[in-house]
Amino acid sequence: MTTATSSSHEPAINAHIAALRPKLVAFARLQLRDGAAAEDAVQDTLVIALEKHATFEGRSAFETWVFGILKNKILERLRQQKRYANWHAFDDQSDDDAFDTLLQGSLFQPNGRWQAAARPQAWGEPDQLLENQGFWRVLDACLIALPDNIARVFTLREFMGFSTEEICKEVGVTETNCWVILHRARLRLRNCIEKGWLDSP
Amino acid sequence: MMIMCREATKLMSLSLDRNLTRRERLALRVHTMMCRPCRRCQAQFELLHRLGEQPPTTDDDPNATP
Repeated sequence: MTTATSSSHEPAINAHIAALRPKLVAFARLQLRDGAAAEDAVQDTLVIALEKHATFEGRSAFETWVFGILKNKILERLRQQKRYANWHAFDDQSDDDAFDTLLQGSLFQPNGRWQAAARPQAWGEPDQLLENQGFWRVLDACLIALPDNIARVFTLREFMGFSTEEICKEVGVTETNCWVILHRARLRLRNCIEKGWLDSP
Repeated sequence: MMIMCREATKLMSLSLDRNLTRRERLALRVHTMMCRPCRRCQAQFELLHRLGEQPPTTDDDPNATP
């Protein structure tokens, strides 16, 4: 890593950034679902962070700001990698329905009740879960297992905080379709997380 | 209006993306009151909805691969 500054605080800042880096990479990886792309986004972010760090007083303000930059870098890459061709899959209603039937069949009985094996279990305290490294590892694996289109809509909604209306414009699907996709993404993720969680030692 | 678990999860998900109608809200509430798996599901959807609030928890070791 090269630094463009010669501030006397430099060692402290370097240590701070080094400590922050794994979190940044993990965050980018969850959304880009690609280790190399995540590293690139973080590199771009750190270059800006090193150039501008002197203007920040508090450590937490600095971290929030760095995460803000990273979100923009991730969004740039999501836009580049979105392989628009894939989005046409959403227009193909028969593909959609076949997939939906498969997913829903494994989760729900024909009468609409949960399948016994898919019935949600208790996960414990949400705040503790969010601080548990194992939870994030399972989440990472489960996001990677999602189909691209579904993962992208989920990321824009839950990590980037886009409204479903904004997602429509961003990826060119109807809002109704967006709600359907998010429902599937959430069902699949919660199911995957639970399986990964219970299977892990 | 009686709904089953599949429809209930649809409404739970929807409630995170737009306001439910009064009718939808009531149907969901009545169902989750009776159904523990769906109450869990709802809590889990809400947890997923909070993911963007904070950076992931990782090893503090900067050399650790995430």
